[in-house]
Amino acid sequence: MNATIAMITFRAMLGRRRALLLLGLPLVMLVLAVVLRATGNDDLDVSTEVLQKVALAALLPLLALIAGTGVIGPEIDDGQIMYVLTKPIPRQVVVLTKLAVAIVLVTAFAVVPTLLAGLVLTGTTAGLTPAFTVGVLVGGVAYSAVFVALAVMSRNAVTIGLLYALVWESLLGSFAPGAKQASIQQWAMSVTDKLTSASPVESTVSLPVAITLLVAVTVVGTFLAAFRLRSLTVASAE
Amino acid sequence: MNERSEPGGVGGRPPTGGKSELILDKVSRWYGNVVAVNGVSMRVGPGVTGLLGPNGAGKSTLIHMMGGFLAPSSGSVTLDGTPIWQNPDVYRGLGLVPEREAAYDFLTGEQFIVAMAKLHKLPDPAAAARRAIGLVEMDYAAGRTIGNYSKGMKQRIKMASALVHDPPVLLLDEPFNGMDPRQRLQLMELIRRMADEGRTILFSSHILEEVERLASHIEVIVAGRHAASGDFRKIRRLMTDRPHIFLVRSSDDRALAAAIIADGSARSVQLTDKGLQIEAVDFQRFTWLLPRVSRDADVRLWEVSPADESLESVFSYLVAR
Repeated sequence: MNATIAMITFRAMLGRRRALLLLGLPLVMLVLAVVLRATGNDDLDVSTEVLQKVALAALLPLLALIAGTGVIGPEIDDGQIMYVLTKPIPRQVVVLTKLAVAIVLVTAFAVVPTLLAGLVLTGTTAGLTPAFTVGVLVGGVAYSAVFVALAVMSRNAVTIGLLYALVWESLLGSFAPGAKQASIQQWAMSVTDKLTSASPVESTVSLPVAITLLVAVTVVGTFLAAFRLRSLTVASAE
Repeated sequence: MNERSEPGGVGGRPPTGGKSELILDKVSRWYGNVVAVNGVSMRVGPGVTGLLGPNGAGKSTLIHMMGGFLAPSSGSVTLDGTPIWQNPDVYRGLGLVPEREAAYDFLTGEQFIVAMAKLHKLPDPAAAARRAIGLVEMDYAAGRTIGNYSKGMKQRIKMASALVHDPPVLLLDEPFNGMDPRQRLQLMELIRRMADEGRTILFSSHILEEVERLASHIEVIVAGRHAASGDFRKIRRLMTDRPHIFLVRSSDDRALAAAIIADGSARSVQLTDKGLQIEAVDFQRFTWLLPRVSRDADVRLWEVSPADESLESVFSYLVAR
């Protein structure tokens, strides 16, 4: 971990427009929660629906995509990364720092809003809110690792990430049950399911498998990112 | 100003340790089927070395390999015997000024340089940053954000970022690009000063005059090949000794052609509808002779223009040689 790299990355991520992007989505969800609460549509089923479909399935992957690719992708694209890489700092430290920043951002803009939305909707009924908060957190860590790795490996990281989150996890998952097994969202759901007694929460992946896969994806993603950054070739301006 | 007498930080430490010699040994680099650099061997030692070549010749590829941003496909690039590729420790003794303009635009110049000093884990980052900013004479703008800098200022703050740890070796990729003449002079002076302190400095350029004014030693790269190496007089001579082609328009092309042929200072003379195309063997002698010959033949010269003075044709001569 390197405090200077973290500082520069935070400043880049929270400067101007990108901060609005990060802030916009959670705000929409919080407004939705407040409106549902105010109109009395806040029973356990509706709350589960919001936390699962909005927080876990939409907000989390999108924010993790913005944060995970944003902490390193643009820097590689415009060559700024050279200023970090021309220092006597092992590349894995660079990757771990970037990943940590992404996780902090996901926590601030996805995990905390999930907690708030849950509290607004159901309070602590049936442990639903803490369960989803933990689910979003573990999912957020795995997503971040995957998207950071993608950003190091490909210039089209955002597109690939979007395709994965939208097409694979959301669309394919609802048609082909097999695809659900390979979905960070479903693994996070499995963790959430274990933590709440609320019956509407159902997962398709068993907990041991889910945890194993979450850990594996996080570790492999981090390792791949570090490995690829070691041999990163920076294109010249020509 | 004399930065050596400045107290504090790492300032004033003359670069020491090793000869600070970059050695390229039969270095090649290809991308798929395209060969960008082809079997280049050179030694870059203390002083200013100019890497000269037309655009797309492979200068950036070479500098990227020297800076550890690209693996040689074959051959080796070493700094005092240590390979540069995948070895972040070499950056303790190596500073790199990238060609691309992008720095961290949202930071002020000072924040940027202090951050670079911290990344180098220098004992007193603030003092080292002040010293580096002083070296490039950017003190007056250090508090402004880099995004608002002019091109020349950006180049200088990039220079400061590469100098903050006082490295004995400095690589600059097209440092003069986009600079106005005054900024150019300032940067040249700065580079000279750095070299006088015993540093090894290599910079790339596609402009002969820049290289000639600054570099004590020149390496010429053309189409990925090492075309020539030596001091600027040698390179200059190589470049002017080649056959020159001139286009000449006069009051009587035929008479002039006859006179030039008779004199023997040209290898060939061709009558074209645009005028005479003359291939001169000896540049110096020909430019001296042409006015005389035409005066003696009573022919009025209207236009004399070099037909192949582009850098590319000069370079391609060097390669074909």
